[in-house]
Amino acid sequence: MLINRNTIYFTIMALLLIGVGLFQSWNVSLSILNLCLISAIMALGVNIQWGYAGLFNVGIMGFAALGGLAAVLVAMPPVEGAWSAGGWGAIGGLFLAFISITLAVITYQRMSAGRTRSILIIAICVIGFFITRSVFGPATHAIEDINPAKSGYLGGFGLPIVLSWPVGGVFAGIAAWVIGKITLGLRSDYLAIATLGISEIIIAVLKHEDWMTRGVKNVVGMPRPVPFEINLQTTEWFLNLSSTLGADPIGFSSIFVKICYACLFVTMLLIVLWLSETALKSPWGRMMRAIRDNEVSANAMGKNVTKRHLQVFVLGSVVVGLAGAMLTTLDGQLTPTSYQPLRFTFLIWVMVIVGGSGNNWGAVLGGFVIWFFWIEAEPLGLILMNAITSGMADDNSLKLHLIDSAAHMRLMTMGLILLLVLRFSPRGLLPEK
Amino acid sequence: MEDLLNAFLLMSNFVFVPAIAYGSQLALGAVGVTLVYGVLRFSNFAHGDTMAFGTMVVILFTWWLQSMGINIGPLPTALLALPFGIIVTAVFLLSSDKLIYRFYREQKAAPVIYLIASVGIMFVLNGVVRFIIGPNDQNFNDGERFIVKARAMKQYLGTAEGVSIKVSQGLTVITAIIVVLALFWFLNKTRTGKSMRAFSDNEDLALLSGISPDKVVAVTWILVAILATVAGTLYGLDKSFKPFTYFQLLLPIFASAIVGGLGNPLGAIAGGFVIAFSEIMITYPYKKFVAYIVPGDWKPEGLVQLLATDYKFAVSFIILVLVLLFRPTGIFAGKSV
Repeated sequence: MLINRNTIYFTIMALLLIGVGLFQSWNVSLSILNLCLISAIMALGVNIQWGYAGLFNVGIMGFAALGGLAAVLVAMPPVEGAWSAGGWGAIGGLFLAFISITLAVITYQRMSAGRTRSILIIAICVIGFFITRSVFGPATHAIEDINPAKSGYLGGFGLPIVLSWPVGGVFAGIAAWVIGKITLGLRSDYLAIATLGISEIIIAVLKHEDWMTRGVKNVVGMPRPVPFEINLQTTEWFLNLSSTLGADPIGFSSIFVKICYACLFVTMLLIVLWLSETALKSPWGRMMRAIRDNEVSANAMGKNVTKRHLQVFVLGSVVVGLAGAMLTTLDGQLTPTSYQPLRFTFLIWVMVIVGGSGNNWGAVLGGFVIWFFWIEAEPLGLILMNAITSGMADDNSLKLHLIDSAAHMRLMTMGLILLLVLRFSPRGLLPEK
Repeated sequence: MEDLLNAFLLMSNFVFVPAIAYGSQLALGAVGVTLVYGVLRFSNFAHGDTMAFGTMVVILFTWWLQSMGINIGPLPTALLALPFGIIVTAVFLLSSDKLIYRFYREQKAAPVIYLIASVGIMFVLNGVVRFIIGPNDQNFNDGERFIVKARAMKQYLGTAEGVSIKVSQGLTVITAIIVVLALFWFLNKTRTGKSMRAFSDNEDLALLSGISPDKVVAVTWILVAILATVAGTLYGLDKSFKPFTYFQLLLPIFASAIVGGLGNPLGAIAGGFVIAFSEIMITYPYKKFVAYIVPGDWKPEGLVQLLATDYKFAVSFIILVLVLLFRPTGIFAGKSV
């Protein structure tokens, strides 16, 4: 029965994408597919946190953005002169900050409580802050002064961009560990609020630390794991291939590139999905669900609930970070302003809830369905608004307003879908077995 | 001596006065969050957007009143529109409770389910507000701009610095005081308020003693509507109205409520001021201030700013983290961890 349901839903989804290919264009269909794949991986990450363990993470945007940062740091070529100008100063500054925080933590742990300890910790923090600033500030200014119009940042290591995917996962995992360490074990609300906060801060860092990410000037022209269209159009085998298929090489090149991306993403999705399924079926997965369903009894069985929660929270965030790096790879640029919580955090949540929390296939399906409708809702909404207002005069202000605002209907629709599914079908499209 | 006076005036102008106004706005927001937490036992993620919704209704009524030529002289017309905004927001919140939250109450669902439901409502509100008024800045402040102008004060005192107090800032503080006093009078002196506190302290015991949960919940939502609309309108008058900034206010509001101890209205007010003062004091550039208090003509090189203004969210976050690390129940003991 369940197999049937899986196949039916995924077949419908495939038909929808093919339909878009036939009626709109294959280019649109493939770009929707690529983002569907990335969304599916992100949803898998969130499903690991929510579906396996019942942890509510409202900072998905931040973890995805850390993946994007990893893509820049790994793949961009290093900027000439930036390292000698201030690279070591910037790294040194970060290191000093790390040392002062560690010192403060050690002092807190080693000394007995009392006024001396408090004063000492505050002193370490204040002195550490100013020393860090005195090293960090001039170094970053020096970096930003190097040809600000074109670079003005450190650049990366010039490694293949695919390497940045696991690195993005590691970045997100570290951030998740810090947040989890602080808030897990307290009420569930605190985790939600803290993740909301950290994601806002990560975005603020990306926007304003120009030496690292060029800030709002964006990092563009990132290297690709697949060939560029323009190179393909002059390669012989590609021209032969397109003439065999009877396709126009220019149009076909962009489709071909998208297919290459899709292959890479499908591979990643299958790997993550296989790992998640194996984990879920293993004793570890059973333990996680036991903890989720009854923390008290799991605790009584000798399971360390907080520790397991931390583990699963980090794992889920790693997957989100991975997907974030893939997304930046696909975009070919890092635009910090494009990280909007409604698009990155809450949309992913809708995917997980609608797909079926606790079921990995459900999360994947949710990623596909919701992304598809998120994209297609815009033209549909416009058609709807045009239909509603067809009787009005062309310069009617209400009509103009309605057509202008059609885009905002998407948010409302997503909210309604979330509420309706949560209310009437809380187990989602593909319920947990 | 004159330098010290100038330094003090400078700080009042750029730190104390704005922080008191901002703190009052945060405090009103945080009391709303804390009330929902105390009675309904979940963190309401839709609060920021409820504020945006209430403010939007107020703005629409303000425009309507303005078009009819009604105003109240030096005060902003929005004050007249406030009751309408509160009524519409209350109707919205009550119906959202009836349609959504009540179902989960009857199911005795886990708190995290309420959280997700509130996220859904946040989405819907976000869409509604953007759909009706658009995502852009709206300035709806009319009437006088200043109570005290910096230049007049400079001339009067003969100092280099002056303090300006905007009408919106004065109004914020006065309104906040009135609303908070009324709220505490209601919670402590009236029968309904007492039953609300009893319900918040111990739900089972309150039910046993015949308190109607539906009534308590309904009253809570009405209070939340008042607090959210007033807070949102004051914030909009003081700065400007943009739906996305209201969503971003969630973090400082939650931080205020948690610093004061979730479920504790008095704590939420204190928390609001703690957050507001830290945020503004940490991001204020002290260059001129240092130049005044240091003898001689020496001036510091940089801005003497602890943290760039872009990181103001980091301030509330760091305070939040410190509180969670050391006193998870808040400075004043709040609900259980």
